[in-house]
Amino acid sequence: MAMDWSVFCKDTLDGNVMPGCFGHGQDITYLDWLLSAWGWTVSVSLTALAVALIVGSIIGVIRTLPDSPGWVRFGNGWVELFRNIPLLVQIFLWYFVVPALVPPMKDFPSFILVVLALGLFTSARIAEQVRAGIQALPKGQRYAGMALGFTTPQYYRYVLLPMAYRIIIPPLTSESMNIFKNSAVAFAVSIPELTQYALQVGEETARPIEVYIAVTILYAISALVVNRVFAWMEKRARVPGFVAAGAGAGGH
Amino acid sequence: MLNLDFSIFTWSLVQDFIVKGFVFSVTLTAIATAGGVFFGTLLALMRLSGLKWLDLPAAFYVNVMRSVPLVMVILWFFLLVPLIIGQPIGAEYSAIITFIAFEAAYFSEIMRAGIQSIPRGQIFAGQALGMSYKQNMTLVILPQAFRNMLPVLLTQTIILFQDTSLVYAIGAYDLLKGFETAGKNLGRPIEMYLLAAVVYFIISFSLSTVVKRLHRKIAIIR
Repeated sequence: MAMDWSVFCKDTLDGNVMPGCFGHGQDITYLDWLLSAWGWTVSVSLTALAVALIVGSIIGVIRTLPDSPGWVRFGNGWVELFRNIPLLVQIFLWYFVVPALVPPMKDFPSFILVVLALGLFTSARIAEQVRAGIQALPKGQRYAGMALGFTTPQYYRYVLLPMAYRIIIPPLTSESMNIFKNSAVAFAVSIPELTQYALQVGEETARPIEVYIAVTILYAISALVVNRVFAWMEKRARVPGFVAAGAGAGGH
Repeated sequence: MLNLDFSIFTWSLVQDFIVKGFVFSVTLTAIATAGGVFFGTLLALMRLSGLKWLDLPAAFYVNVMRSVPLVMVILWFFLLVPLIIGQPIGAEYSAIITFIAFEAAYFSEIMRAGIQSIPRGQIFAGQALGMSYKQNMTLVILPQAFRNMLPVLLTQTIILFQDTSLVYAIGAYDLLKGFETAGKNLGRPIEMYLLAAVVYFIISFSLSTVVKRLHRKIAIIR
């Protein structure tokens, strides 16, 4: 089975191979389209990651608040709700059901709906990690903050969260890589991202293997970049003398 | 405000559309779990064998599977399996092969952690008793590893059950597809998507409650 990589240099309309592989003006090649699809994957994933980190942190913190069983229950319910429904079903809910129930959302572009679906789905997982990170800290840290006269928001901001986030960088890394992989599910509502590209162009060009290889490599590159960025952050944020829980190194 | 009408959700609708999809989703989950645990254990043993020619290919396989979105893996297998075996294969069979292959990678990581959680002394004790590698693994190490890993294995199975909805990409008829088809045929897609969410939630939530309880039980005995 011979590969024919020139498929990416073809014009998307007439199928002629373009010199230089990139299109000019209105004519675009499958390579141009591939890069634009990658752009969609990256922007859906990064926006959803931002939503997931913000919402997940809030829910995670809520679940550790002292003396507020109501809030803790709300946080636990949130996590169970978003964790026990498949992502694809959640995307359909945001795409078909929510706009029907909340009329103003009918005008929302599908990009926003998919970002909300993916972001809130991931927020449940991040909330779980944030909670675990906070609870991994010795209780004395919280009491020390209280004893210094910090208010609850203050000791979370200055005492608990800085250490908790450092502890959970490794699971956050894999969750951030997951969000890139999970963004593939957006194909189901026709977001022009990489998987949608693979399906459509694979069929259109009758060269699915080359197209799938390119798409798979771009997913792997995206995951690798995320992995490296988080590794760099972990190194930058390291506190001298502090060994994160689970790092496995000996010592006291 | 839209008025929802759930009166169409009758037993005959369940029989016509849902049962078939539900059976496929559950079967797929069961076969993929069994196959995934089996091949995952093999992969884990390869990676822990200390032999480079076994370790490297297994590590490569696991890392590739884990860095590609499941939807892409489903599409890859749907494309490649017919090419390899030389005849067309239905979406359902393709899905089963895909999920076994994909889950094996994830289960192997769980098994590897499980095997590594067994104290080295257990291995040495087995060796001191004159057991062969195979005896040592099947009689001493793996039973304990399985037990340690049971909650994680079951959690992965729940995730797997949710992931089966992704066979949507190749048009296999699973639980979600059943609800979708019912919604399209009766012109009530919104209610059907809601019901699908409710059904998935009830199944996953009750299973995860059971796993939590099991986790506590195992933890007490230890």
